[in-house]
Amino acid sequence: MLPKWFNKWNQDNPTNIFGPAILVGVAGAAVFIAAMVVSWGNPAQTSSLQTGPRGTGMSVPEFNVVRMAADPTIEDYYTEAPYVPEGGEDLARDIYENVQVLGDLTEDNFNRVMNAITQWVSPEQGCAYCHGDGDLETYGEDTLYTKVVSRRMIQMTQAINEDWDAHVNAVAEVGVNCYTCHRGENVPSDIWFKVSPVNASAAGWSANQNQATSLSQSTSLPSDALEKYLLEGETIAVHSLESREAGVAGVDGYASIQDTERTYSLMNYFSNSLGVNCVFCHNSRAFYDGSQNTPQWGTASLGILMVQELNTEYLVPLQDTYPPERLGPIFADAPKAACKTCHKGYQRPMQGMNVIADWPELATTEAPVYE
Amino acid sequence: MAYPEYQNIFTQVQVQGTPEWGMDDAGNNMMEERVGKPFFSTLAGLFGNGQIGPYYWGWTSMVAFGTGLAWFFIVGFNMLAQVGWSIPQFIRQLFWLALEPPSPEYGLTMPPLNDGGWYIIASFFLLVSVMTWLLRAYLLAEQHKMGKHIFWGFAAAVWLFLVLGLFRPILMGSWSEAVPYGIFPHLDWTTAFSIRYGNLYYNPFHCLSIVFLYGSVLLFCMHGGTILAVTRYGGDRELEQIYDRGTATERAALFWRWTMGFNATMEGIHRWAWWFAVLTPITGGIGILLTGTVVDNWFIWAQEHNFAPMYDGSYGYADYGSYEAFIGKEN
Repeated sequence: MLPKWFNKWNQDNPTNIFGPAILVGVAGAAVFIAAMVVSWGNPAQTSSLQTGPRGTGMSVPEFNVVRMAADPTIEDYYTEAPYVPEGGEDLARDIYENVQVLGDLTEDNFNRVMNAITQWVSPEQGCAYCHGDGDLETYGEDTLYTKVVSRRMIQMTQAINEDWDAHVNAVAEVGVNCYTCHRGENVPSDIWFKVSPVNASAAGWSANQNQATSLSQSTSLPSDALEKYLLEGETIAVHSLESREAGVAGVDGYASIQDTERTYSLMNYFSNSLGVNCVFCHNSRAFYDGSQNTPQWGTASLGILMVQELNTEYLVPLQDTYPPERLGPIFADAPKAACKTCHKGYQRPMQGMNVIADWPELATTEAPVYE
Repeated sequence: MAYPEYQNIFTQVQVQGTPEWGMDDAGNNMMEERVGKPFFSTLAGLFGNGQIGPYYWGWTSMVAFGTGLAWFFIVGFNMLAQVGWSIPQFIRQLFWLALEPPSPEYGLTMPPLNDGGWYIIASFFLLVSVMTWLLRAYLLAEQHKMGKHIFWGFAAAVWLFLVLGLFRPILMGSWSEAVPYGIFPHLDWTTAFSIRYGNLYYNPFHCLSIVFLYGSVLLFCMHGGTILAVTRYGGDRELEQIYDRGTATERAALFWRWTMGFNATMEGIHRWAWWFAVLTPITGGIGILLTGTVVDNWFIWAQEHNFAPMYDGSYGYADYGSYEAFIGKEN
């Protein structure tokens, strides 16, 4: 195979190649390992969050560089303690025109909340983002869609804190306010729009999967999981709860392989949204078995119901309020929320920072209680 | 340092000359059915025999290739249609794309072409192709007056193929249970299959299949390693060693006897390897055939048969530590 002169030269000049070969091999391996440690993370510097009995493999592993890094949006968080009313002050609904929510606030607190919303949602545009460029007298008008949407969002925030306490305050008082989703942006990151069907040339289950999309988390799993489960409320569970169950796949509630792939797509979304793996909530040997799952499974189940309510009660009905540029790129549907809209890849939004203690006005749909 | 030739991972000695055309005996026109002008490849010789071709091209090859290509192009053009006939998108999404089986509502009926109809047609061609190729293995062995071991070995794999795409979907009453033709999608199917039926790891036939699969790997490595290690004594001439046992066989046998108290023989080791290999898809196929037809939740089945243990201890990280400590906000 090799030229004759090459073989002849080799025969005439016997050389020990083991020394240089080992040297090159060791040096090359060292460079390769160093590159891997730098780019993929140091495998020696990891920690695990144990989530179940020893021997079951229940743990959430993380690289220390990821685990110890603070959520960068926490630094820009604005908050201000409330002015506790002494009683007898005029209320916002009496001072200003057209105050449909937050009317029970004193003037100081009303302006405090308005300022905070500006910091959280439109720090660059300021008040004008919702109230327009007019004088203070025009601030009561509902001419801009942003103001109409904001009002509904305030109601939504109050409802989350009041009705979904078991989810948002599951472990400790954390709550939500505008910043939980918006993080200083007019439109929150990690909202979603319908994209399915993704295959125009096919129909049925062939049409909603096998394309790398944002909603399939770049997998080949179905792209309609959020739409079916978090908007239309279809059944997520796929398991038979007896060892033998009669049924034809996909008929009469007997889940098919396709149903399972869609559930898997949703679970994959959950996992990416919270920066956890399967066993943060499930015991992977029996995914369906609540008695072997963690308490976080219960919290997440409540979260599913909460997101369904947020989408159907608050976000989708705003469809006609939005201008076209705020609607979905394919079906012109209203922007919708799901786990990642708040969690942004963390187990707890903003790593469990309490964002409601300073904002009793956003914690209830009733008149705020100051303590 | 010396560098002995027998330690090379490639074949060191190659014989090249006039290519060998093979026999033409017994009046069965074997010569006519061999195609391709034979030649030598030194590169191929490093790994196996340096002679490339001729190639047996009987009617079985033609049918198997023709129907196999029909399957290949139906799958490929369906994928291409799914990306709007865009070649860049086809390349970009190639591993994501698939020809999917019909949606469940069609049961065992013929679905529309764009919802699994093409899948049924493609699967028919694939069935003909694979079965003809299986027949080809039998006929070739017969022409060579060989045993039919390779035919039966391939038949074991075909059994698993038929279970996945034919027997089980029919028993389940729906073609939608068949495996999609796509790189990632068939892996999605595999994962979903295990999850849907309550964790396939508790299926005892899955356990057996894994034992035989990993066992095959281990045996292959043990046998290959043993033979290479006694090549210096002529151990690579295995057939001669079977009927005229020499020092290579003696050393290999003693090595294993003194390592683990038992040793295979020059002939027996090949029976071990063959049975481990064929039992992998045979047991796996049985496990899949039982799933969804006889058992719908293997974990619950395992609990009923007392081999899924329960563990002491609580679930949830709160009993083992805190989230704040995990993210370094608390000591």
